[in-house]
Amino acid sequence: MEIKDIEKLAELAKIELTDGEKAKLLKDLDSILGYVKQIEVVDLPAQAEVPEYENRNVWREDTPELRDFSVDLITKQFPGSQDGFVKVKKIM
Amino acid sequence: MLDLKNLTIEKAREGMTKGEFTSADLVSAYLKNINKKNKESNSFLEVFPDILEQAKRADEMIQKGEGKELTGIPFAVKDNILIKGKIASAASKILENYVATYDAFVIKKLKESGAVFVGRTNMDEFAMGSSTQTSAFGVARNPIDPTRVPGGSSGGSAAAVASDMALVALGTETCGSVRQPASFCGLVGLKPTYGAVSRSGIIAMGNSLDQVSPLGKNVRDVEIIFNAIRGKDVMDATSLDSSLATEGVGGGNTIGIPWHLFESGVDAEVMENFNASVEKLKKAGYKIVDIDLPYSKYSLAVYYIIMPAEVSTNLSRFDGMRYGLSKEGENVSDVYKKTRSAGFGEETRRRIILGTFVLSHGYYDAYYNKAWRVRNAITLEFKNIFKQVDFVLTPTTPTPAFKIGEKMDDPVAMYLCDIFSAPANIAGIPALALPSGLTKGGLPLSIQFIVDHFKENNLFQIGKKFEEML
Repeated sequence: MEIKDIEKLAELAKIELTDGEKAKLLKDLDSILGYVKQIEVVDLPAQAEVPEYENRNVWREDTPELRDFSVDLITKQFPGSQDGFVKVKKIM
Repeated sequence: MLDLKNLTIEKAREGMTKGEFTSADLVSAYLKNINKKNKESNSFLEVFPDILEQAKRADEMIQKGEGKELTGIPFAVKDNILIKGKIASAASKILENYVATYDAFVIKKLKESGAVFVGRTNMDEFAMGSSTQTSAFGVARNPIDPTRVPGGSSGGSAAAVASDMALVALGTETCGSVRQPASFCGLVGLKPTYGAVSRSGIIAMGNSLDQVSPLGKNVRDVEIIFNAIRGKDVMDATSLDSSLATEGVGGGNTIGIPWHLFESGVDAEVMENFNASVEKLKKAGYKIVDIDLPYSKYSLAVYYIIMPAEVSTNLSRFDGMRYGLSKEGENVSDVYKKTRSAGFGEETRRRIILGTFVLSHGYYDAYYNKAWRVRNAITLEFKNIFKQVDFVLTPTTPTPAFKIGEKMDDPVAMYLCDIFSAPANIAGIPALALPSGLTKGGLPLSIQFIVDHFKENNLFQIGKKFEEML
């Protein structure tokens, strides 16, 4: 991994970094990946290829239900709002 | 004068029912300690202004004969658990002024039972850390030795209970975040079966791992809280009905010890105490057997791939648009970047970027997919071992509480604090951390029992027996 890889990841994650932070992060990621890499060489039993407990979606009927969310509290949390809508910068 | 040090939930309830003291008296006694100690210990980020009103409501319930098991009991609540109308910041600048818009499922349950919420406790930012040092609002201190950390990420909750600023507490676990601070502060901490307790209203870190986890001074308190907060919640599809739990205590007396997991890297006093604990269990009639868990040694490595992947996804919601901090920018992308850079601390950013990496094209298979396959092997390995033994026993942490400032410049050294915690979170099984003695210097030591899915009752049974052996 190099500084330009850190820059690319930071761009994807929408985080700005100073040059010092980039260098520190490069060092940290090298050390963390050095540790987690040990799983690369693990030989797995055939059973591990299929999850022990199968994940499945849990659906409910698509009908409106009352929730006790406070609309007032929710809209108050928007940093910018107008007429009960979230206000954001132009996307396109 | 209330003896807070030896107070339990049942003793407190009895005292209130008999009219020896009220919940308001109890809360006032804890408040007195908070006023005296919290400035230094920084356990609470906020003490709620309405606690005496909450206590009075509880007292009315008791007077009317409507008191329940937790009515009037003062709880400290970790700052990532939503209480409607109160700030929940996850100890992050990005949510510093965020007011919760609804109650977490566990809070709803506790409110129904008349519990009192004393305040929100300090933690590692977004629960990312093992020492409460990544909090954006200053480090919390260990009440036994204030030059040391209380553990983390639920360090504030543990410190609050250990220094009698609340009777009990709620924390959360993703990888040891309750058991490790319980260990460092001399408390009991339970990580329930994944799905036993709803995660609705918990500020998410790693969804396939997170569980709300109770902290107390003894096993019985933790058991009472667990029974009060567990159960199916329609708002969390992974939550499961309480009836799935083994109701009767299946007991069993075979304890398996995976010695190979702690051959090295464990403090000598921790090992000495662990061996002494094993002797006590032997003397009490438990059968001790050596077991081999060859895949479990990869638990922490698996964790540091799966968790950051989930973190990078989860924390994308903090965009400066819907809640929390917002920084001005020229366009949308600029708002995202400025907000997230100003709002997230170093460890949070590190994990987001690490997660972005392990999920990126070209690395996804080698890291994320492989980690899930190893995770399956670990889950399978525990399922099989519980056909041979009833309990798995390990030390809770490799060392006692360390000094403030230590390990902060070496992430991997910090992550290794949770080496013995990781297997239970990875396999989704329950584990109980219990005080097991003190170092020569007086620092708490701890052992943990791990059992198969939904066997929490067996943990409580062996935990209570072990308490009597001390």
